[in-house]
Amino acid sequence: MKILVAVKQVVALDEDFKIRGDGRDIDADFFIRDLNEWDDFSLEEAVKIKEAAATPVEVVAVSVGPADADESLRKCLAKGADRAIRVWDAAIEGSDSIAIARVLAAVAQREAPQLLFAGVQSSDQSFASTGIAAAAFLGWPHAAVVSSLTCSPGAESAVFRRELEGGLLQEVDIQCPAVLTIQLGINTPRYASLRSIKQAAAKPIEVWSLADAELRAADVGEAGSLSRVRRMYIPDKGRAQLIDGDVAQQARRLAEIIREFKGTAA
Amino acid sequence: MSGILVVAEQRRGELRPVSLELASAAQGLRRPGEQVAVAILGHAPQAFVERLSVAGVDEIVTVQVAQAEFDPDTFESALGALIAARTPEVILVAHSVDSFGFAAALATRLGLGFATDVFSAERIDGGIVATRGGYGQKVNVEVDFPGRSMVLLAIRGNAFKPPERAAAPRVTAFDAPPLQSRAAAREFIELSAGDDLDMAAAEFILTIGRGIGEQAKVPQFRELADAMGATLGCSRPIADAGWLPKSRQIGQSGKTASACKLYIAMGVSGAIQHLAGMKHVSTIVAVNSDAKASIFGVAKYGIVGDIIEIADELRRHF
Repeated sequence: MKILVAVKQVVALDEDFKIRGDGRDIDADFFIRDLNEWDDFSLEEAVKIKEAAATPVEVVAVSVGPADADESLRKCLAKGADRAIRVWDAAIEGSDSIAIARVLAAVAQREAPQLLFAGVQSSDQSFASTGIAAAAFLGWPHAAVVSSLTCSPGAESAVFRRELEGGLLQEVDIQCPAVLTIQLGINTPRYASLRSIKQAAAKPIEVWSLADAELRAADVGEAGSLSRVRRMYIPDKGRAQLIDGDVAQQARRLAEIIREFKGTAA
Repeated sequence: MSGILVVAEQRRGELRPVSLELASAAQGLRRPGEQVAVAILGHAPQAFVERLSVAGVDEIVTVQVAQAEFDPDTFESALGALIAARTPEVILVAHSVDSFGFAAALATRLGLGFATDVFSAERIDGGIVATRGGYGQKVNVEVDFPGRSMVLLAIRGNAFKPPERAAAPRVTAFDAPPLQSRAAAREFIELSAGDDLDMAAAEFILTIGRGIGEQAKVPQFRELADAMGATLGCSRPIADAGWLPKSRQIGQSGKTASACKLYIAMGVSGAIQHLAGMKHVSTIVAVNSDAKASIFGVAKYGIVGDIIEIADELRRHF
């Protein structure tokens, strides 16, 4: 059995970030990169299934991105992925989540896993769409916001719980192969040991071109997307009234606000 | 291509409130004379007609399907057929747990222009322009859909006010094609509370987030909340780590601070899912070491500083 785990190298913004010259993105100088938080949980879920299984399970991490995404893939290798695949081509630049999903689906087509995991969403752009769009390209059953999962290698179906709102869950049985998007809290992701980090550094990362994925340039980038970023700007948000002063003064003012509230609430 | 199709949401026989917000979102996009239709899927969709009969809705389309509750295959098949029959220019769904499961697949299969978590949408030069957040909500992103004659937008909850007035739209039935879904819903499970706490009834809540740093700090905040007479709440990472029970989690998948009047958030960055559970509170005080944290965007008062130091100092006053 094989589980394919789609991961994304996400971006947090450094303080005082600036909009890029063309107004359609942030200047990459202000990017701080890391593995998407959700993907840490989906990788862990795959590794847990592997460790609990009586028959061999292969966990393959896949990411669509330039060379710096290797850092996140190495993290996956250190935490228990058996292989890592990175797909990149200059034509992929400017892709929306749907075009990225088309690439992931092409990898899944070739790798033929029993399950494809993706995070519910990414911490940077929060599209919540990549995994499910990949399922549409593959024509596979799919479900989003999975907060617990029971699956046996080789089984024709898997049982999971979907996290709804207000503490409500729904249990669902799904046919495999399937795409599941994994929610935070489904498990407790492990820390990689120093030894495994060292071992991961020596493992190869398979780099695929578009041709390796049997895709053309027109399948990705703006041509392969369902949306285009027109403009990015810093919102003119209503900001909180800041309480200034040293810690003692700030705490005193906060205590006053609490007392005022209790006075009126009583 | 003409008209706006709104997809309502229901769960266990209850219409989800966001459905009516979508009807409002449609008004800003409709051209003069353009029709707004609301589709409702379920075992007995007629039951929702009265609730959906609000101002701005011209037609309610009932779609009877085999699955009583949300199911991705069912939604994609039925809505795919409805969209093919009606060719609406704009399709609006909620950005919700359910749409996470079908919207991207529907857009992909039909080649629809597509954007999620949209909080504002308008027509500019005849085309649809949608605005969403980017980079952890630090920027706004305007998205357009070149070459797409139909656009599917997943609209953020609480971004539009539901219509107040009732109306009498016409009701039509749409025959969904028969379908054998590849998933079978078994049952609903209510998470047990973990402790006897009614977060929804609390008027004064002190919430802690990832900023507390380590589990060892939790008792300090529990004690501070007790001393101040506040109910202790938390953001998702604290509950996921097991530092506080899930019943204390405020946000989309946790509890809503419905009765709260004073909300103090310490070390909470303000993820959109957390804000969904508390941003309506009249007095929010945010304490965070990151001056750019999005929680300051909804707070009335803000303190930029070390939350442990502030908590220590605050404790002296109670």
